[in-house]
Amino acid sequence: MKNEYIPFPSQVREIIRHTDIEYTFRMSFSGSVKPGQFFEVSIPKYGEAPISVSGIGAGTVDLTIRRVGKVTAQIFERYEGSVLPMRGPYGNGFDIENYKGKELVVIAGGTGLSPVKGVVDYFCEHPEEAVSTTLIAGFKSPQDILFRQDFERWESALQVIKTVDSAPEGYRGLTGMVTKYIPDLPIVDVSNTDFITVGPPAMIRFTIMEILKRGVPEQNIWISHERKMCCGLGKCGHCKMNDTYVCLDGPVFNYAESKHLID
Amino acid sequence: MGYQIPRQKADRLFARLKQNYTIYAPKLFAGDGCFSDTDIIRYGKITDLDEIEWNRRSDYSFKEALLAINEVLFYFTEGETTVPPCPEKKLLIFLRSCDLHAVKRLDTIYLKNGAEDFYYSRLREKARFVLMGCWETCDTGFCASMDTNRSEQYDLYLKLSGSSLWADCKSEELQPYFAEAEGTVCDVQPDSVTENKEKVTLPRKLSVESFQNPIWESYGSRCIGCGRCNFVCPTCTCFTMQDILYRDNANVGERRRVWASCQVDGYTDIAGGNSFRKKQSERLRFRVMHKIYDFEKRFGFPMCVGCGRCDAICPEYISYTNIINQLAKEET
Ligand SMILES: Cc1cc2nc3c(=O)[nH]c(=O)nc-3n(C[C@H](O)[C@H](O)[C@H](O)COP(=O)(O)OP(=O)(O)OC[C@H]3O[C@@H](n4cnc5c(N)ncnc54)[C@H](O)[C@@H]3O)c2cc1C
Ligand code: FES
Repeated sequence: MKNEYIPFPSQVREIIRHTDIEYTFRMSFSGSVKPGQFFEVSIPKYGEAPISVSGIGAGTVDLTIRRVGKVTAQIFERYEGSVLPMRGPYGNGFDIENYKGKELVVIAGGTGLSPVKGVVDYFCEHPEEAVSTTLIAGFKSPQDILFRQDFERWESALQVIKTVDSAPEGYRGLTGMVTKYIPDLPIVDVSNTDFITVGPPAMIRFTIMEILKRGVPEQNIWISHERKMCCGLGKCGHCKMNDTYVCLDGPVFNYAESKHLID
Repeated sequence: MGYQIPRQKADRLFARLKQNYTIYAPKLFAGDGCFSDTDIIRYGKITDLDEIEWNRRSDYSFKEALLAINEVLFYFTEGETTVPPCPEKKLLIFLRSCDLHAVKRLDTIYLKNGAEDFYYSRLREKARFVLMGCWETCDTGFCASMDTNRSEQYDLYLKLSGSSLWADCKSEELQPYFAEAEGTVCDVQPDSVTENKEKVTLPRKLSVESFQNPIWESYGSRCIGCGRCNFVCPTCTCFTMQDILYRDNANVGERRRVWASCQVDGYTDIAGGNSFRKKQSERLRFRVMHKIYDFEKRFGFPMCVGCGRCDAICPEYISYTNIINQLAKEET
């Protein structure tokens, strides 16, 4: 039987620096994996951290990591030319099929863009497979903007609204919370429009309120939840809400099916 | 098959079992209780029939025989990991009917909720269960209400009474030990209680609305978040990962999983200072709803087996049975 707790070594192939504390690590990986799934990056001596797949390439997966504490700091300290132990992928991930032939709107806050980035990439490469694709991405300030190079690509193929909460005087881009842009989104047919929203819990809450005001059915809304996870395998219990294990049944949930979940 | 075996021969039988099995049973630790001059009954390895506490319910359950309080997942040196070997001997675990029903709950989480757990599964395969009878009810248990007062799923039933050991052996693997023990073949039925002092009615109309019930606040406001209810519970299975470094060589260490409690601070903390259940009342709700509602919704049977240990151990005298009964009463 496979021992799921033992990490495998994965080569760091490339580093993309977005901000001082947010880098994308392009890791070697050749198994099957979906956007929105996650790996446990597993550093002996320091611990483990669940990190979403932010991109999928030939023989690689991208992990976009924010340096916030013990484990993530270690990743930043030791990556250069190095190997990181990890295990996974875990979780359900996003099912691209759900969004084909739809008007798709992706709303992401900060690193919340990571788990949905694979979806955005897909429709950027195959724009004809959706009726339309819109990305609303919010960041705290202009310095916090992630995936700058990707935005250039996305802006040429998709409708992109890139906004910052606040900016110094003279900033030329959009400002304000992501919720500000929801009321005026051009939507042709609400029943054929799907929303994906990922970010901090408060952002998700307010975003959903705005989406519902547009008359979008609840089952057309998708979210990804973050919870404490010690195993990713349905055993440690930390991620449980009601009868649901976020690590097994999520982290991606349909809003209509998951709105009753209580911590 | 049932046997009556005279004590001396029983000791020889036990000595033979010991050669091939590591035997876990409830033991009395005199004076080791939480308060001065109190005893504690918990599980340990035993080498003699007389070490077993036959009469009283153990304060802690059998679960540590299958899920160590802290379990090494692997040792690491600079680049290598080594998984500790599985103990070679099989396990013989003495337990009562409520706890035998709890094994099914542990199996459900560790073998059926997602992929099978490597460490649990390799021990579980080696585990054989010895049922101990209950001839009178314990104080806080409510097994009869939970339908866990009887069990047929044992490998062996044993009872030490007078100058004899009474056995009912269902396991083919154990049968030879009894065949050569020179006992008398007879019919042996496990002792079981049919009634408890504590009676519980499970609420049957719980729903997400139940999360708003003021009952959580009224009981939870007394909770001090010590987590003992989780640690004594035979069906609580949560753990937290822990990396340990050895003092004499900082490059060498081990990753462990250690028992965790959903009542204790830190259980839901994530980076950035977020935490999902800050109040004790929310944590109490989480535990109780899991035991009597959420688990059943996912797997088809309640998690709680009615052993009553949580009520016996709570330093704040928060009664789980009262909570359940009150929830049920509100439904009528
Ligand atoms: C499904 C999922 C996807 C995620 N995706 C990303 C991502 O793509 N990029 C990113 O930067 N971050 C992501 N996170 C958050 C990331 O896991 C935490 O920031 C990270 O665990 C913090 O670890 P640390 O040791 O550096 O921080 P510390 O604050 O030092 O954490 C200490 C300990 O707390 C625990 N811990 C803290 N936060 C979490 C958490 N969310 N889940 C489990 N344990 C935690 C860990 O056990 C850790 O060892 C994700 C979290 C989840 C649950
Ligand atoms: S992360 Fe351990 S059960 Fe979900």
